[in-house]
Amino acid sequence: MDQPNDIDLTETGLAPRQSGSVLLIACGALAHEVLALIKANDWQHMDVQCLPAKLHLYPEKITAEVERTVQEHRAQYQSLFVLYADCGTGGLLQAKCAELGVEMIEGPHCYSFFEGNATFATHLDTEISAFYLTDFLVRQFDAFVWKPMGLDRYPQLRDTYFGNYTKLVYQAQTNDPALDAKAADCANRLGLAYERRFTGYGDLATTMERIAQ
Amino acid sequence: MADDDEIILSELSDDELVLQMHDDLYDGLKEEIEEGVNILISRNWTPYDTLTKALVAGMTIVGADFRDGILFVPEVLLAANAMKGGMAILKPLLIATGAPRMGKMVIGTVKGDIHDIGKNLVGMMMEGAGFEVKDLGINNSVEKYLAAIESEQPDILGMSALLTTTMPYMKVVIDTMKEKGMRDDYIVLVGGAPLNEEFSKAIGADAYCRDAAVAVETAKAYMLRKHNRASA
Repeated sequence: MDQPNDIDLTETGLAPRQSGSVLLIACGALAHEVLALIKANDWQHMDVQCLPAKLHLYPEKITAEVERTVQEHRAQYQSLFVLYADCGTGGLLQAKCAELGVEMIEGPHCYSFFEGNATFATHLDTEISAFYLTDFLVRQFDAFVWKPMGLDRYPQLRDTYFGNYTKLVYQAQTNDPALDAKAADCANRLGLAYERRFTGYGDLATTMERIAQ
Repeated sequence: MADDDEIILSELSDDELVLQMHDDLYDGLKEEIEEGVNILISRNWTPYDTLTKALVAGMTIVGADFRDGILFVPEVLLAANAMKGGMAILKPLLIATGAPRMGKMVIGTVKGDIHDIGKNLVGMMMEGAGFEVKDLGINNSVEKYLAAIESEQPDILGMSALLTTTMPYMKVVIDTMKEKGMRDDYIVLVGGAPLNEEFSKAIGADAYCRDAAVAVETAKAYMLRKHNRASA
């Protein structure tokens, strides 16, 4: 499968190949990582449908979209798995997945499962003023952070949004000097200290390994 | 020489000025709002009428358009900033002129959470509605909430959370109030993006408020019930 375009992943998601026995319903922001894991492990029985990453700007819409996608595809696949964490749905996505009889990846959000939920939990109380970016969010910083918050038009709002944060943590799934530089620039634009933290694919990898069996 | 299109606020009639202030609030023009407030006060408008007819009425329009998806968070924040500028002038005047008080609220974001935009909007609109507001800021432990309740003796406790991981702490606060036999002495309102009505009921809050306008109306309704019970 060709590498999907980040703008497409943001706006429209990624359509499935319509083959395989397992359908992963994932956030578009995870597409590159999910596809990389499928390719690296030759999981030919796994198919992926990504929902538009921009749903994160309206988390109240995530649950309904996941439900719609499950209902649309469940007849075609032996099993379906949801690669969204809670993602700001306040437990509603988990309740819906339980009702639909589909599993979802554990954790409050991708920042947690990329680091490993157990690891992330150890600094939940001590790192409350960190703003996290993943590889996807660094690449799509303007689309997901700068412009939706109106900082392109109203830079004076920067401290209203970020005044209580102290640092930007770039959770790197890959080692890419260009992304590192971009992440550091994001921190500078937000007026935050910068920290790079390599995570790899964390619990996303272990979860997909379990599903693949 | 002034631009022909430039509006001279002092040349507008009272009614025209109020409408212009609604527009200026909508556009987030803080200096113009401050000027407008000062003009109305100089024309012997009461601070209360200036607050309610110029500022609160203007923010009501902003809130309605936000709810309808016409305005978005950045514009609401700019409007709120403009309103804050006007309220900073009016606050001491409201106290001095004995403006009607609706009640008192202690509000804060829960422990582990640093998000405060929604909380700040609620606090500002509650002040606009005549409530006295003690804002505890962010990252509040149950001890801080209880200490504030004891020192401020509010009618209402407001708690805000933006993270699914921090919203359960609201139950810790409410359960502690129950253990101390004080839960029923206060109206507890909760809000924040991941919250919903079901969660609010499950943790024993009085109400979930999905935005600042709902928070004000809910607070007023509960205060009326409280007064009716006291009078009965």
